[in-house]
Amino acid sequence: MEYPLTRYIDPERPPLDFKEYEKAGGYNGVYKALKEMSPDDIISRVKNSNLLGRGGAGFPTGLKWSLVPKAAGGSGIKYVVANADEMEPGAFKDRYLLEGNPHQLIAGMIIASFSIQAQKAYIFLRWAYKKAERELRKAISEAYQAGVLGNNILGTGYNLDLYLHTSAGRYICGEETALINALEGKRGIPRSKPPFPSASGLFGQPTVINNVETLCWIPHIIEKGTDWFKNLSITGEGGTKIYGVSGRVKKPGLWELPMGITLREILNDYAGGMQEGYKLRGIIPGGGSTDFMTGEHLDAPMDFAGVKATGSRLGTGTMIILDDRTCPVAFIKNLIRFFSAESCGWCTPCREGLPWTDKLLQSFEEGRAKPDYMNILTFQTKYMGPGNTFCAHAPGAMEPLQSGLKYFGDDFMRHINEKGCPWRNHENTHR
Amino acid sequence: MLTNAEKEEIHKEITLYPYAQAACIDALKIVQQHRGWISDEAVGDIASELGMSPEEVDSIATFYTRIYRKPTGRNVILICDSVSCMVMGYESVYKQISEKLSIGLGQTTPDGRFTLLPISCLGDCDHAPALMINDDLYHDLSLTSIDDILQKYQ
Repeated sequence: MEYPLTRYIDPERPPLDFKEYEKAGGYNGVYKALKEMSPDDIISRVKNSNLLGRGGAGFPTGLKWSLVPKAAGGSGIKYVVANADEMEPGAFKDRYLLEGNPHQLIAGMIIASFSIQAQKAYIFLRWAYKKAERELRKAISEAYQAGVLGNNILGTGYNLDLYLHTSAGRYICGEETALINALEGKRGIPRSKPPFPSASGLFGQPTVINNVETLCWIPHIIEKGTDWFKNLSITGEGGTKIYGVSGRVKKPGLWELPMGITLREILNDYAGGMQEGYKLRGIIPGGGSTDFMTGEHLDAPMDFAGVKATGSRLGTGTMIILDDRTCPVAFIKNLIRFFSAESCGWCTPCREGLPWTDKLLQSFEEGRAKPDYMNILTFQTKYMGPGNTFCAHAPGAMEPLQSGLKYFGDDFMRHINEKGCPWRNHENTHR
Repeated sequence: MLTNAEKEEIHKEITLYPYAQAACIDALKIVQQHRGWISDEAVGDIASELGMSPEEVDSIATFYTRIYRKPTGRNVILICDSVSCMVMGYESVYKQISEKLSIGLGQTTPDGRFTLLPISCLGDCDHAPALMINDDLYHDLSLTSIDDILQKYQ
């Protein structure tokens, strides 16, 4: 079994520096792409690999790149941005890649930039990732010294500058058009689409924005080919995936595993099963904005299609476990409160609807909820559903609520009937 | 008035963008790094430096959670209150810190040593509960470890 993304990562040691990673073959993909391939060849190869974006949406990466016009108007500059603004509750995979092997990301960004002929690239990094910031600064400076960044890279005449931008907080900045506004120094509010960033993105120029894990794949796919990539996965989606588990399991952590491995294998063989005294009730499969899965879905393959078939989304692949000693209403309220606090405030359903939903859930906990509140909550999930809001923030927030009402409806009702939370000592009432 | 050091750092950031206004968030972060927070006066000074109106700069300063528009203590504790940390019992950690320092969220100790703030998921969920003090991350927190951690910050 191969684990290309994490092969050179050892959290106990500093990441490989340029020379070490280069010696290990880590820059072979860059050399091959820039010296032997045309930009079109690269895009075709990434397209043929069927690499699906690892940030959560699963959009085909090659298709995204192919939408960028060959000639850019305006300033003539095109951009590539690595979205390293990981901030979804329960997501912690990009941190591992950034801290553990920054050169892998840089190599991916060089190839991505060359393929769309971008002259400038940014890494948009979450402010809290201080260790990643230190490692990236060091790695970028090594890459400049080695001549894989800057002017006339590897003597090919291709120029690329790579900058690190650290953010100032706000989850919404991970939404790609909000990220663009944040990178332009503005409030991080999503933009209307179309135009899509591929046509008009950063500073009004064609821009490709990819997740860290997605970009880390590129050098490997270029070096080893599309068949190799496809054969790594169990199901048809190709590659491996970094899966994570947090919550009351015996061994919370992250593992690079073949795409399409079952939920059961991840939870039992890697996360070690539930801790003593705790039972599994639900799984949020890919960060806080994904629908619950339950014990009946343990045999689902954890790829985009497999999780979709259960009514949820693979998202980031970093799972949060709901156990039987945690109140499902409190669990969901915690998520809703996060999304409410992180709403950018631009559109009314999200700005008003999320705090309203938070207050409703608070009333369940305090024993003030009435039976028809169940209908109001259901109404909220439709009111803030896809198509009614400016971006995917509120619809994402509604996913754990709508599936929570479906799977844990009885627990909501118990709060009404018992005039309060049947679980005690569980919650953050101070906020 | 921005200091020369602040101006120098801001102008270095400006070179990374096509126009000065794009460095607004960086400028706010630089000034905050030097002073701990962003005063009304600092908003005005950054605005004139970047050719923006103070209102525009303030709209940006107040949007981002890690830009402080009020003075903070010498050390800022950011305690993660997101879902994985909740499941793993962040609340008892919060209570212990809050009782020890006699402050709640959003408050600063009278001696100016600590400000306590909530923070969204720190991306350290397999080691929950987690918190940050200034630039340092602490995880796998237990009630016994907290006093020693706080002791490091005076």
